Amino acid sequence: MAGAINLLVQSHPINSALSLIAVMAALAAEYLLLGAEFVAAVQVIVYAGAIMVLFLITIMLLNAGAEERTKGSRVAILLGIPGVLIGGVLVAWTLLNRSNTQAVPIGALKGDPKDIARLLFHDFLLPFEVTSVLILIAIMGAVVLASRPRAVASGLRKDG
Amino acid sequence: MVPLSYYLLLSGILFVCGVLGFLIKRNIITIFMSIELMLNGVNLSFVAFAAHWHALSGQVFVFFVMVVAAAEAAVGLAIIIAVYRTRETLNVDQVNLLKL
Repeated sequence: MAGAINLLVQSHPINSALSLIAVMAALAAEYLLLGAEFVAAVQVIVYAGAIMVLFLITIMLLNAGAEERTKGSRVAILLGIPGVLIGGVLVAWTLLNRSNTQAVPIGALKGDPKDIARLLFHDFLLPFEVTSVLILIAIMGAVVLASRPRAVASGLRKDG
Repeated sequence: MVPLSYYLLLSGILFVCGVLGFLIKRNIITIFMSIELMLNGVNLSFVAFAAHWHALSGQVFVFFVMVVAAAEAAVGLAIIIAVYRTRETLNVDQVNLLKL
């Protein structure tokens, strides 16, 4: 949570990205605490590994500097901060007092990769295949978007 | 033994941090990271509920959310690179036209 707040406070994008990595690692620990080993491993590999490396490479590639601060509007400050405080207190109070949920025991869930794989490849087979198509489209879109416009134009001319 | 509501509270805090960052940040990459933060908050509540109801489907859904987040990050960062090539800026206040 401290990492999440740090992400907001930091003005330089690199610092924000590093604090986001801290949030990812903390979340992976939470998943382990909840007994979901598979999700924790995927969290570390996909988020803290792949996505954050992508972010860092983009930040370095674009040579992003610190952003300039803009003055927030007065209405936002006058209404927003009390609103956020009241809403936060209400939600916290409701969750902590009114919910009669029992505690989740640590490691209660059978987060076996074997069970998850059975579920994933039997009950969720169609979404899984659709996901692969989605990733393919995403890769093609990313390549087309990130390639230089002139290269795209010449490639189209070659094709057509 | 941690009550379920604590996990939901942390998840809500993460989501609100994401929304705040999305609203107040001016750097487009940081806005993108705020979106990832929101997705992570939702993932945490998914896993917490899965643990609470002893249902594994929640974890499968988290897996799908991660896949979609990865695809979205790839496409979004490509768009950011394209925008930066044409406009030489990362400030969203100066990117107000879709066409050049």
